Amino acid sequence: MTSQPATGSRILKIFPIILIFPAVALVVFLVIFPLIWALGLSFYSYNVLRGEPPIFVGVENYYRLLNSLDVWRRFVLTGQFVFYSVSIEFLLGFGLAHLFYNQFRGRRLAITLVTTPLLVAPVAVGIFHRYLFDATFGIYSYIAQLLTGQSVRILSQHPMFAIVFMDVWQWSPFMMLFILAGLEAIPKHMLESSEIDRLSPLAKFRYIVWPTIKPLVALALLFRTMDAFRTFDTIFTLTGGGPGTATEVLSIQIYRTAFQFFRTGEATALAFIFLVIILLLTNIYLRLARRE
Amino acid sequence: MANLQNNRRGRRKILRTVLIYFATIIAVIFFIFPIYWLIATSLKTRAQAFSTPPLFVWEPTVRNFIDIFLKRQTEIEAITGQELELATGAETFFYNSFIVTFSSIAIATVIGVLAAYSFSRYQPHGTNTLMFFILSTRMLPAIVVAIPIYFFYRSLGLYNTHIGLVLLYTMFNLPFAVWMMKSFFDEVPRDIEQAALVDGSNPIKVFYKIALPQVLVGLGATIGFLIINVWNEFLFALLLTERATRTVPVMIAGTRGEVGINWGLIAAIETLYILPALVLIFVLQRFLLRGMTFGTVRGAK
Repeated sequence: MTSQPATGSRILKIFPIILIFPAVALVVFLVIFPLIWALGLSFYSYNVLRGEPPIFVGVENYYRLLNSLDVWRRFVLTGQFVFYSVSIEFLLGFGLAHLFYNQFRGRRLAITLVTTPLLVAPVAVGIFHRYLFDATFGIYSYIAQLLTGQSVRILSQHPMFAIVFMDVWQWSPFMMLFILAGLEAIPKHMLESSEIDRLSPLAKFRYIVWPTIKPLVALALLFRTMDAFRTFDTIFTLTGGGPGTATEVLSIQIYRTAFQFFRTGEATALAFIFLVIILLLTNIYLRLARRE
Repeated sequence: MANLQNNRRGRRKILRTVLIYFATIIAVIFFIFPIYWLIATSLKTRAQAFSTPPLFVWEPTVRNFIDIFLKRQTEIEAITGQELELATGAETFFYNSFIVTFSSIAIATVIGVLAAYSFSRYQPHGTNTLMFFILSTRMLPAIVVAIPIYFFYRSLGLYNTHIGLVLLYTMFNLPFAVWMMKSFFDEVPRDIEQAALVDGSNPIKVFYKIALPQVLVGLGATIGFLIINVWNEFLFALLLTERATRTVPVMIAGTRGEVGINWGLIAAIETLYILPALVLIFVLQRFLLRGMTFGTVRGAK
């Protein structure tokens, strides 16, 4: 009888570790292991098509990439895409959140409909926007023609506009959800006392609304910025990086280098530069968020 | 005097309501229009889909939905060479997508729930480190992992197999399953479980008899998001599959760059493809924010 609690506690000690083991093992096998291998490969010159064994070149891949004007142009392009998309999404999401902060009939249904794009497959979004933006029978081009009076070939003339527009369509509701959650977390008594004190709307925002929603806004911006940097599916299916390289963001450039030109060593090096940028961004944001 | 003021306040309130509804309608139209237009196009014939200016009123046809699965190779070959693959393979691709989604979710859910329970209740050494380690794998850009995985899969013989994709998707969904389920376990008070353990109950029984039933709703929501994650995945499916194991998104993306595509047919395929999302958005609405943040932001009601 006395041994009962002892076995129980031994089971209790191993039990949690058994539960975690499969999860950790799978992550190590499919992420850590490949990553280390890839890091090694980034110091080699390797081209699958040539069929030669990889040649060790040290940091030459990195050196060449960081000195290539072309690569810097892609950095700027990716940065532009992220900046335009995220800032428009923030403004739109901010407006929508304030709209849905009001109570009215059909509010829930409206929120559901507005957030639908969030779950729609990026590939479906990208391919279908090709049709919407099509120069001859696309409805967006038709609307643009009605508005401007001349025929606009959006995908070839304003490709950046097209990919930002698509991203804004899909992800503004994401910002809206965060900011709405922030607004709803404001204590009611604070809003009431601000009414009694006859605070100006600006002061009310500055002293009551903003402090409450700030952490959520920071988090939303963090999520969106990182996701926008990684965007691949939608841009790949809408423009494929084109016309030319007008919308070839970093993730598409890595894909092309690795799987169209088969310069594998160079592609992995670029991928690691990309990874470092994302890690830096995450860190900056987290530090900002913590300071608040 | 008071009457006049009341009147003015009443009028302002009406104006406000009208403005709110007006803005809401504009917003809903903006976000729902592409989806409406997709479904509308799927109900158009080839000629109607290609009309300029776009047709707003037409006689809907379900012909495209029949064509997806029934149209025979030769019929399509006569129009354009490329659609051959489209019309003949759709059922295979949907089947592949379904198999891969179902299997990987089954595995990820089991492994994820177990780990989440352990992290939430027992908090073994290094819980925080491990949790962030697991989450950080999700922050990696897929393309960075894609290159090594592609070569590994080719040399291990996992390339172009269902098992390969299932393994990969399980991995990619684990962070989500673990974090999301932990957030649900954390919400359930643990008094009953602790009492049962003190009484000498088997910890395995405590887990599935006491803890699990209390998070069933959360489990359902988690599975809902996992379905979306896997069903929508594109990059790895593109790199690691060939005809026999290809999933729907790869097929849809493959129509890019073709000349004279039958947009009605593609819209029909896309409509079927996004159908789960259109249903799940209603089911998951309450958990949307939570799901998009790995359970870290609970959100309001």
